[in-house]
Amino acid sequence: MSHKVVIPIGPYHPLQEEPAYFRLYVEGEKVVDIDIVIGYMHRGIEELSEHKHFDQIPFLVERICGICSTSHPFAYVNAMEDLIKIEVPERALFIRTIIAEMERLHSHLLWLGLAGHFIGYNTVWMWSWRYREPILDMFEMITGNRNHYAMMKIGGVRRDIRDEDVAILKKTLDDLVPVVDMFKGAVMDDPVIQARLKGIGVLTKQQAIDWCVVGPTARGSGVDIDLRRDDPYGAYEWVDWNVIVEKDGDIFAKTKVRILEMYESIRIIRQCLDKMSPGPIDASVKDIPPGEGIGRVEAPRGECFHYVRSDGTNQPIRHKIRAPSYMNVASNKIAAVGGSISDAAITLAAVDPCYSCTERLIVLDRDTKKKIMNGWNLIKLSQAKTEEFKRV
Amino acid sequence: MSIADALRERLEDKTTDWYEHSARRIYVSVRPQDLKEIASILFKEFKLRFAIASGQDTPAGLEILYHFSFDRSGEIISVRVLIKDKKKPEIDSLAPLFPAAEWIEREIWEMLGINFKGHPNLKRLLLSDEWPQGKYPLRHD
Repeated sequence: MSHKVVIPIGPYHPLQEEPAYFRLYVEGEKVVDIDIVIGYMHRGIEELSEHKHFDQIPFLVERICGICSTSHPFAYVNAMEDLIKIEVPERALFIRTIIAEMERLHSHLLWLGLAGHFIGYNTVWMWSWRYREPILDMFEMITGNRNHYAMMKIGGVRRDIRDEDVAILKKTLDDLVPVVDMFKGAVMDDPVIQARLKGIGVLTKQQAIDWCVVGPTARGSGVDIDLRRDDPYGAYEWVDWNVIVEKDGDIFAKTKVRILEMYESIRIIRQCLDKMSPGPIDASVKDIPPGEGIGRVEAPRGECFHYVRSDGTNQPIRHKIRAPSYMNVASNKIAAVGGSISDAAITLAAVDPCYSCTERLIVLDRDTKKKIMNGWNLIKLSQAKTEEFKRV
Repeated sequence: MSIADALRERLEDKTTDWYEHSARRIYVSVRPQDLKEIASILFKEFKLRFAIASGQDTPAGLEILYHFSFDRSGEIISVRVLIKDKKKPEIDSLAPLFPAAEWIEREIWEMLGINFKGHPNLKRLLLSDEWPQGKYPLRHD
């Protein structure tokens, strides 16, 4: 006898740009349908941006997201520089690239920790967050802030990287490599993790193309796109690195992409530090002409897209912002349906959306609306499945 | 031949304006009735990725820019349509062509009041249920 239940997941959480509310329809163990509701934290930033001075907007858009907080101002300044058509000093491009890659490192480590927690590997969680701390310390050393670095500025960056900081940053990166090695071994060679993540939450290449997903979600499904190579910005043209693509489309592939990308980020930062020569860091932009510009950045989660239109005054008349999760979260409709309920938490988390949502999972009986399971139970369920695999 | 040139040849009689802002940023104006056909050519024939659409209230009417990305060369083709009728603005939905357009059309519908004909699930995406009917936050009137 089929027993249909609805699992509402979400909606609120303070960390990410797109809090979402997932309504899972479940028959027995199987997810048969999913509704995605967003908009709980719609703050009208696009409208607000039309009432700010061009130089105030980097601070505004930086606050769209707490994790990839430099990607939005980076995409915005790229859009403005496309609009104005100016050259940015080389050193500023290197500094922007270093900050963006440090952000990718801390963001991927954060994801890895939460993914570990959801499948019952709390050691992975503790470790990856512990090793993320030195990167945040580096941010504090270079920019003055652990988060919301306020480095981006139209035509350049706000702060230089001091020579004495370069050595400390290099030492931190050297210390991080064995850590990533350890995670690579601990996660990718573990048979239980493979059993939990392989073949789960699959998004095929064609589905990834139809849903226009971006970032590690697309690259994990064999779609070879990365704006850092395809539409180069910052200093990515001048450094040597690889785009990581995996074919399987399951959560394991997405995890692998993120872990291997950390090595590439470390490579990029090291080369930037070596190639960076002293010089100006700001092009001193004075006037913004009328026109329109598009800027894109490969954020840790994928393409971050900004479109700005100016009419020659000191405020934009339109500023469109598209965060990567806007495309990726929608694809959960494909990835989660047909899977088992104990895989739902990790499947929804695999595109790297909001996590606190999943802390708020509640299972309701469809007829009586009686609460039969909360978020903690669902994570427990997921962790119990791992325990079962470990015993076999 | 770059994708821009190939497209220009293919869409020759359907575009009303062609403007290359910079090497990788191309803006193409088309008539609203041709939009669905052109989007289908871009997405299915030329394999461009739909990045996003952006709506805008201008003095001449409501404008939508559909940004398509060609990732092999980093070019963005932005297809511009102008809907002159502000009282009852309507345009064909692209969601039946590719599901990625579903959310942004819902957003433009609630923010600017443009009706997308043929959209499978046209309901509010971001605004709360308490928001009054017929008030559009991004309209300038």
